[in-house]
Amino acid sequence: MNAQDIKNTIRQFIVENFLFGDTSVTFEDNESLMETGILDSTGILELVAFLEKEFHIRIPNEEILPENMDSLHSLEKFIQKKLKMNAAS
Amino acid sequence: MPFTRNELDIDPAQESERIIAFIRQTIGRQLRKRGAVVGISGGIDSSVCLALTVQALGAGRVVGIAMPEADSNPESAILARKLARQFGVQFIVEDMTAAQIGFGTYHRRDEAIRRVFPEFDPTYKAKIVLPGAMENGKVLNVFQLTIISPEGEEKTERIPPAEYLQIVAASNFKQRSRMAMLYYHAERLNYAVVGTGNKNEHEQGFFVKYGDGGADLKPIAHLFKTQVYQLAEYLNIPEEIRKRPPTTDTYSAECTQEEFFFRVPFEIGDLVWLGMERGVPIEEIARATGITIEQTQNIMRDIRQKIRATEYLRMEPFHIHQNQEVNA
Repeated sequence: MNAQDIKNTIRQFIVENFLFGDTSVTFEDNESLMETGILDSTGILELVAFLEKEFHIRIPNEEILPENMDSLHSLEKFIQKKLKMNAAS
Repeated sequence: MPFTRNELDIDPAQESERIIAFIRQTIGRQLRKRGAVVGISGGIDSSVCLALTVQALGAGRVVGIAMPEADSNPESAILARKLARQFGVQFIVEDMTAAQIGFGTYHRRDEAIRRVFPEFDPTYKAKIVLPGAMENGKVLNVFQLTIISPEGEEKTERIPPAEYLQIVAASNFKQRSRMAMLYYHAERLNYAVVGTGNKNEHEQGFFVKYGDGGADLKPIAHLFKTQVYQLAEYLNIPEEIRKRPPTTDTYSAECTQEEFFFRVPFEIGDLVWLGMERGVPIEEIARATGITIEQTQNIMRDIRQKIRATEYLRMEPFHIHQNQEVNA
């Protein structure tokens, strides 16, 4: 899965689940999902559950950090890292 | 002037006078009611509200109501009674357990808990907690479920969204049914309901919409928790209440407000928040609070996020205004 595919998958989840498919709300790859209010604490639980299922990864609490979760860009980097770790193990 | 811990200090006599005048004017002139009911939990906030309301209206026009249910700490109602006696108000105890059984509060909550921990049964205790912001400050608000077996063995798991929402929604019956009971007494007496939330609860959204958030006036919603303690001392609130750790008294396992929601001790969180509101440089806030800049940043981020995420709790129901255009 390339970087763009990962971002598209996550973007689609966010738009469908948090914005009712309302594409008039736009957010850049680097934009903070928390600062814009798209992601709240319930949203984080939902996003983490989605990422674990979609990418077959396990995300411990210590990794639920702003630098891993706060933008599409950071999420993509984080997922890539997790997928590499999965492949290596 | 350097930013110091003293910034949170208030003049309790002056602040009390201000609030007493506010209560008297709001209930008399705005709400046009004849007195007030205050739900008293044996906690500091409701105790301070009761004391101020008594000073504003007179003890004869105030009713204190304790509303324990099966999960409540029995000490809460004992302290509430003691408080009511000290301030000379009528005291009513409404046992809310039967109402909770009727709503299915315990059954619905326990069903969700069992989906995470199948071994959970009524002999266990449970609570929802957030990671502490001092040691795990960068970890986002990930709710965890803790169960405690009768033998004292603890198990904690991150809680999946559906189960988290069901546990919270079921538990919220407690606050919502208490609100209904307060309004029953308020309406039969033509009294107002005094909401007891402080600034931390009101602005960071630590209340249940149409539950403990449902009230006619909120006289201490502008005060930091640490300032409520200052008023409590001035108003001679019993020491057992002042020294008691603030608890949710909602979950069967002992659960402090710090564990469940705020993530940091109030004396730290309040000072950081005050500094943030005043635009004080972060280095200065960290120095005054005695924590690192990184910890200060984490606390600031957490406060901002909570205020933003809970905006909907403070919103009135939306409706379409006359002549308002709504584009499809």
